[in-house]
Amino acid sequence: MLDALTTAIGVAALALAAWCGFAAFRDQPTKDWHFIGMAVVTVLVLVQLVIGLFRLAGGDRPEHGTVIFVAYLVGAFATIPAAGLLSLTERTKWGSVTVAAGAVVLAVLEVRLFDIWGGIGA
Amino acid sequence: MPETNTHGTTPSGPAPTTAAADAPAPRARLVSGPGLLLVWLYGVMVVGALSRSLYQISTEFDRAPLAYSLSAAAAVVYAFITYALVRGGEAARKVARVCCAVELAGVLAVGTWTLVRPESFPDATVWSDFGMGYLFIPVVLPVTGMLWLRHRR
Repeated sequence: MLDALTTAIGVAALALAAWCGFAAFRDQPTKDWHFIGMAVVTVLVLVQLVIGLFRLAGGDRPEHGTVIFVAYLVGAFATIPAAGLLSLTERTKWGSVTVAAGAVVLAVLEVRLFDIWGGIGA
Repeated sequence: MPETNTHGTTPSGPAPTTAAADAPAPRARLVSGPGLLLVWLYGVMVVGALSRSLYQISTEFDRAPLAYSLSAAAAVVYAFITYALVRGGEAARKVARVCCAVELAGVLAVGTWTLVRPESFPDATVWSDFGMGYLFIPVVLPVTGMLWLRHRR
């Protein structure tokens, strides 16, 4: 479950990056639809955070350490909202670029989370 | 009435700064346009390098003291540049430019060091292999940073 969700978020993050990248390419700032997209991805990451904490509470242990795992979960959760807020202060294409960059960062974090949890079999 | 003296460092001679041109906005904004992307990536690197070095120094410092210390140093540089960019103004711009140069020198030196003497590094630093573990952002960031800060003059 956690692995599948991690993969799904990684893919969703890359899609968000492409979408916002396209907006920047068309010289547009982030708009309502982009923020809905960010919200969807953020909700997925929140679900991941909750499931991760439940798994820890249930006695499961990530392969590369609990502290690192939780830190990455929290970091992943904060990434898109932070980028989205920044894009509100910059109503040009550079706001869109910033969100796209944040989405790429999230995708990288998800890859790392996959490794930290221990990959397949969880 | 010296209105430009917001930083206490403005030279008393001719001050061809934006601060002098428009007194109501004393500090030139560095976080606009591409600057926002720059600040965002620097912010991400601060969190990444800082949390990583704090964790490694507090739990397994003896394993690779040199690598972890270098990561901590990188985190400090990133934090300072981020602060300077957010603060804005001519003095911050100059200081940030110098720090970007220091950062670039650090990435190149540490990157070369890790390739030439890998035995000195039982574990990776943020700047190992020119920042490969961070998508080479560490080596690209100071270059774009210096270009941006020069452009903002």
